[in-house]
Amino acid sequence: MQDEPRPDELIKAVADFLRDQIAPQISGHAAFKLRVGINALDLVTRQLTLSADSDAEELASLKTLLGKDGTLVDLNSDLAERIASGAVDLSTPGVKDHLWRTTLAKLAVDQPNYASYRREMEQK
Amino acid sequence: MSQAAFVDALARSVRRWCAGATGIRAAAQLSGGASQETWSFVIERPDGDIAAILRRSPPGYGSVSGRAAGLDVEAELMRLAYEAGVPSPQVLHVLTEADALGAGFVMRRVDGETIPRKILRDDEFADARPKLARQIGTILAGLHGIDSAALPPLRTISSTEEIGLLRDDYRSMGWPRPVFELALRWLSQNDPGVSKAVTLVHGDFRHGNLIIGADGVRAVLDWELAHRGDPMEDLGWICVNSWRFGEIDKPVGGLGSREDMFAGYEAAGGTVDPDRVKFWEVMGTLRWGIMCCGMMQRFRQGPDHSMERAMIGRRSSETEIDLLRLLAPRS
Repeated sequence: MQDEPRPDELIKAVADFLRDQIAPQISGHAAFKLRVGINALDLVTRQLTLSADSDAEELASLKTLLGKDGTLVDLNSDLAERIASGAVDLSTPGVKDHLWRTTLAKLAVDQPNYASYRREMEQK
Repeated sequence: MSQAAFVDALARSVRRWCAGATGIRAAAQLSGGASQETWSFVIERPDGDIAAILRRSPPGYGSVSGRAAGLDVEAELMRLAYEAGVPSPQVLHVLTEADALGAGFVMRRVDGETIPRKILRDDEFADARPKLARQIGTILAGLHGIDSAALPPLRTISSTEEIGLLRDDYRSMGWPRPVFELALRWLSQNDPGVSKAVTLVHGDFRHGNLIIGADGVRAVLDWELAHRGDPMEDLGWICVNSWRFGEIDKPVGGLGSREDMFAGYEAAGGTVDPDRVKFWEVMGTLRWGIMCCGMMQRFRQGPDHSMERAMIGRRSSETEIDLLRLLAPRS
């Protein structure tokens, strides 16, 4: 068992330092690169915080949908193949809901400020 | 070639073809990878200086991708567009072997803005914004109306071939994306087939490739992905949500409505097929998503180990939510 603080806590501390202390001191292309870097750290923090739960939900949903066991990658590959072959489509019970939930979980990590995501969350 | 040798060669070239030119100054590289560069410089002349842009592939570098039209073809298309009244930079010179600068061309520099967030939000563009969707329609009708017989050699690509290319690109990455599969399936089932009108298609008509001023669109740039095909492709691509930069209720580049763009297109003599436009919007959304995945591949495998590339890879999920909003809306 590794000791505390957790990775997400460490990365958040670094990102906050860069954002609050360093970013105001630099300009131009370096400032742009720094912003991209801070965005990357924020993304990692969100993934470390959110993905254990969302991955577990996705895995459970895939098992129910496909009626079999496997890893996330295997089951996603299987679902992808079934959609490609037409064996599964939007009229298959649970598919549309599954795709929406897994996609929203990705956006929550990747780009929670993306306008389409914000709109969908408002309407939920 | 060192920068000094390059600047010398460019000055020698300019003196040969530009009447009265005495030399150049302020040569600065704007962008470029190994295979393609963009330079800004000023041609000095007693009658008045000319602000110019050079686009070139240095000697020894071919085209950047199998889809690229080639710089000679780009120059020819810009010339045709300029003559057809499409806002375009005037092409001043196409490089020849005598220039010893590789392949490429020199054009007049057009002042204005290409950064979407400024165009969509800054006061300077407030008067232009409500007119831009219609103007984009007018411009697209103009470029689609260019006489087919006058065009340089271009590949012709149908919707069916484009679906196949995207499927191959996506599958080659070996990472499962059920939403992309859903989109590929929808595209195959809704493929409108060969278009009645096959015209010049710009291929990348969106923010970043449009120079915009307070008076509207001043220039259409970057004909690298030009080809012959269904003209509705350009109308669909400009509607892809990724080019709305947050203004998601204004489908045409975050500027205005499809209806405004269609009205401008038809007033300028074009015929709109809204179903085909929707088809190409779905295709374009998937295409941008796959391009984002390609950035992630290049980040991992290529020499450019940059944060920007890596982070663009994480933008493919944006196109997944947009594809779901298009193909499987919740309400």
